[in-house]
Amino acid sequence: MTVVRKWVGENSWISGLLGFLLLLSVFTFILNPYYQLTDVQGLFTSILPLALAAVAQTVCVIAGGIDLSISSQMALTSCVAAVLMAGRGEEFGVVAVIAVLALGLALGAVNGALVVVTKVPDIVVTLATSFVFAGMALLVTPRPAGGAAAWLKDAVVGKFFIDLFPKALVLLIVIVAVVWIPLSRSKIGLSLYAVGSNQLAAFRSGVSVARVKVIAYTITGFFGALAGLSLTASTGIGSPVPEPTYVLIAIAAVVLGGVSLAGGVGGVLGPIVAVLVLQLIRNDMTYLGVDPNLGTVAQGLILIGVLMLANYIQIRRARA
Amino acid sequence: MTVTATDLLLEATGVSKAYGAVIALRNASLAVRSGEVHALMGANGAGKSTLVKILTGAVTPDTGRITLRGHERISHSPAEARRNGIMSVYQEPAVIPDLDIRDNLRLTDTPVETFLHWLNELGLGDLDLSSLARRLPLATLRIVDLARALAIDPDVLLLDEMTAALPANLTERVLEVIARRRGGEKSVIFISHRMIEIAAICDRATVLRNGETAGVVDVSPGSEEKIVELMLGEIAAELGKRAAVGAGPAAREQTPRIKASNLGSRGRLKDASFELHAGEVLGVVALEGQGQDDLFDILSGAERPATGTLQVDGAQASFGHPADAIRAGLVYVAADRAEALLMQRSVRENIALPMRARVRNWGLINLGHERRDVGKAVETLQIDARAGNEVRRLSGGNQQKVTIARWVASGVRTMLCFDPTRGIDIRTKNQIYVLLRDLAAAGAAVLLYTSELKEIQLACDRVIVIFGGEVVAEMAAADADEPALLRAAHNLKAGAALPEQVAAKAVGKEDAVAAAMDLAATTTDEQP
Amino acid sequence: MTAAAPPIAGRQPSAWRKLLRDQPLIPLSFLLVALVLMVWAVSPTARDAGWVGVIVRAAVPLAILAGCQTLTMLTGGIDLSVGFVASMAGFVTATFVNQPGGWPLGVAVALTAAVLVGLVNGISVGVFRVHPLIVTLGMGLVVLGFSNVWQLRMLQTGAGIPTELKTLGTGLWADIVPYSLIVFVPVALIIILGLRRSGYGRMLYALGDNPVAARLSGVRSWQVLLTLYVISAVLAAIAGLIYAGLNQTASVKLVAGELLPSVAAAVIGGTSILGGRGTFTGTIMGALILTVLSALLTILLLPEPVRQIVFGSIVVLVAAAYTRATTES
Repeated sequence: MTVVRKWVGENSWISGLLGFLLLLSVFTFILNPYYQLTDVQGLFTSILPLALAAVAQTVCVIAGGIDLSISSQMALTSCVAAVLMAGRGEEFGVVAVIAVLALGLALGAVNGALVVVTKVPDIVVTLATSFVFAGMALLVTPRPAGGAAAWLKDAVVGKFFIDLFPKALVLLIVIVAVVWIPLSRSKIGLSLYAVGSNQLAAFRSGVSVARVKVIAYTITGFFGALAGLSLTASTGIGSPVPEPTYVLIAIAAVVLGGVSLAGGVGGVLGPIVAVLVLQLIRNDMTYLGVDPNLGTVAQGLILIGVLMLANYIQIRRARA
Repeated sequence: MTVTATDLLLEATGVSKAYGAVIALRNASLAVRSGEVHALMGANGAGKSTLVKILTGAVTPDTGRITLRGHERISHSPAEARRNGIMSVYQEPAVIPDLDIRDNLRLTDTPVETFLHWLNELGLGDLDLSSLARRLPLATLRIVDLARALAIDPDVLLLDEMTAALPANLTERVLEVIARRRGGEKSVIFISHRMIEIAAICDRATVLRNGETAGVVDVSPGSEEKIVELMLGEIAAELGKRAAVGAGPAAREQTPRIKASNLGSRGRLKDASFELHAGEVLGVVALEGQGQDDLFDILSGAERPATGTLQVDGAQASFGHPADAIRAGLVYVAADRAEALLMQRSVRENIALPMRARVRNWGLINLGHERRDVGKAVETLQIDARAGNEVRRLSGGNQQKVTIARWVASGVRTMLCFDPTRGIDIRTKNQIYVLLRDLAAAGAAVLLYTSELKEIQLACDRVIVIFGGEVVAEMAAADADEPALLRAAHNLKAGAALPEQVAAKAVGKEDAVAAAMDLAATTTDEQP
Repeated sequence: MTAAAPPIAGRQPSAWRKLLRDQPLIPLSFLLVALVLMVWAVSPTARDAGWVGVIVRAAVPLAILAGCQTLTMLTGGIDLSVGFVASMAGFVTATFVNQPGGWPLGVAVALTAAVLVGLVNGISVGVFRVHPLIVTLGMGLVVLGFSNVWQLRMLQTGAGIPTELKTLGTGLWADIVPYSLIVFVPVALIIILGLRRSGYGRMLYALGDNPVAARLSGVRSWQVLLTLYVISAVLAAIAGLIYAGLNQTASVKLVAGELLPSVAAAVIGGTSILGGRGTFTGTIMGALILTVLSALLTILLLPEPVRQIVFGSIVVLVAAAYTRATTES
């Protein structure tokens, strides 16, 4: 119990977010008496790409950067995956997945290298590469096309043994547990936080800032590719036109998830929970019979409102 | 003075470095023997910090040769310098604020056991390693940084103004630990401008002046005079000329410009009471981190006081924004030019900035009027505005003049100067002090904090001393020589031992310290 | 002890760096002329004044939209809501065509809505100090959502672009001079003069160069920023009206795709996203360069994807060149 209390004390923001998620879930079940565990599974399937995009964004934000090209990376990797897998055997799907993940690493490395070599602000570089990646996606396939290996589709839909465990959630947990947790505990992980927290102090502590930045964007590219793959898995095809709201919602989730845009603070749990919250709000508004477009409005207003509130508290605290 | 090549641990010769048009180092050299504590001295702006950055790989020199134990080693990053056996403890600790101490150690591959040993030696044995660096006070972080460096145990350890922000008890421990490293295989380069602590723990001193090595001196009783001479050069005498005598008693009878009663901040300032009158320059003296920053923040409108009251010209005042303070006639000159200037804009725009700040002045600018007003201020301050398109290309001294000209252009009532001469050449310093005196003579009130104790008597009429957030002493400038100010700044009674003396006693160098203190007393006595 | 060495003079930046730093308009003009010559080399039909008019006509709304980015980027901000605000303005105006009050009322409603968006952006950025990227991104979503709601409400009434807007957006006087210059020239003059000669312009540069210095000099940044984001939103709405006229259609996402080109035009024109550096004349050149480049790629029959790739690469290259030229070694 004390462990829990300590965790809550140290992670008050995420605890609050989790509490809010709980409230929202209860509210959802009350609103919609027919809401079932299978709907929960559907919810997780639908948010998986976004959650992975949020994780991708989190990594480079922690290292003090920002990646506006994530939705383009997703479009490109998703298309490549779909085109590679279309009409080929199940086993080839494995090759395709590995190739696409390698592609993601490469895209991220390009972003990182450009940021480091040109010294142009991250926002401009990734805005520009978002054009480039989107253009490449259109070259791969001008219109939604391709296919996905059956096992890949199967990996994100439905339940994991029992209804309580949506497969997409389990997959997400496995990815985070296998990739992010060991990484964040390693010295490379520490360097990511160090560079984002105070670049000069990191440099003086002997950290190679340039290398860490490239690594950060490369990891972002890797998660971006995973997000793209999950898009292909859940839709069965690859769509070359990036959905701009992915970038917006990924950044919104990162910020709502307690990751400071200034860098150096936060983890991936908060952003994932934030993605869930944002999606549930949208769903609930639908159940309430509200125009779904007002859901978009609500997402935007929540993002701005929460940040205004957080900053207001911070400003007040600085004065008080 | 002749040193054979064999016992040299580190040797740097002909080192130069220019930043754009600004030359930081021309031709510096430094030779450090094994097992010595070597002082690197020089006035602010002499090139000390650039040399440190070059030795530790933070900056690559334009020319020069650096050898370690006879092998040529130029480092291109702090990581490489560490592999070469050179580490530095900077004025700003290289500790990651969002990581706890344990992770900071892990990041730098520091052996925890040794670190704890040194932490204990330095008097912070009870530190909780799982505390976030962001939440620890600056003094603690500097000790942590030092303990980490000692645990890594480089061949050459550079300490940059190590004791500046430390309380007396920690200063004692630090000096003692450093002094005990003498005589071994490894060396310490100790950067400081405090003669007394140099005398307490150093073997030799290299003095930099204007980016060049002015000389190397063996630290022994009597060598202090030589060091001071090398540091200041022939201009030392020039500074001694005082422009005018301060406010007469007549000025005192008027309402004070500023009357601070028991001012306290949410930070370090606890209880500051004083009066500042028209026509005087009031000095403020304090060791680093005694709350003087908070005092200036409150007076300049950067933060509201937590306790106490502030009266400006007899009326209650509480400023929520610098704009309020400016309207009440309190203008602020910061030490850090990077904080005060628009580096990419012209001299004219920088000086005219306050004139446009209010919404009613957002309209079209009458360029003729602006050129005239700005031109006058540029002339008054003798600003060399040849590179005036971008302020960042001016020299440090000219930059500081621009920040002052900004206020002179529209007439000064009360000027708050926070260490305005930090890091600028001695001639400009002199001009600034003359200007402050002129302002006071013309009826302005000036509050001047300076970290250069010996300059108090040159510019001020009175001085207040802040310690632990409280004004602990007030004296006339005539009584404020360096030892008296140091004592007051450490909040020690007359005759009590300074931390440098305690440390020196522990390592057997009392006589050197005593000589340094005598010198400080005599040089300052001669001046008024 | 000290060997006498000759003092080393500070290094001088190379000529091209100086040029790019102090007079970016000169290299930009060369680039523009080179691109035009390339177009004329491959397409004889483009060698007339009418083609120039068409290019200027296409560049006008982009330049205004890029003006939003220039102004906000000068303070170290950015306005990512302009695409949806511009679309909203055109769309709302179109829905008023068959209403009492007609399109003038529509324009008034659109501008009012834009001012409201600008106020929210400005309050969040200026008063609550939320990062402009986030605020304007979020407001973009909000505007898009409301536009969609509006669209559903107005489905029955029917919509159309008023003739006046069509003329403004597409008309060419004597088949050469675009009518949209009637709006553009005064807007551009106000922005250019304002940045060069007004106290408010100085505030924008000051906040972008060094917000701490500005504050210490008595600048209340919220006043500057609030005004700024309102100006930006209104400019976006004006650009949206011209876009609607130019494309002879209106939809809630019509101008969304122009967001990235608007940032690109400002960056190519020499505005630094870090603040404190940039001019609107440079941005106009940037918009012209992008428009001619786009035309060139179309003439060369390069598909849309290649165009995007070229656009992106050029933004990185140009931004890198500026960064090299303006940072001290």
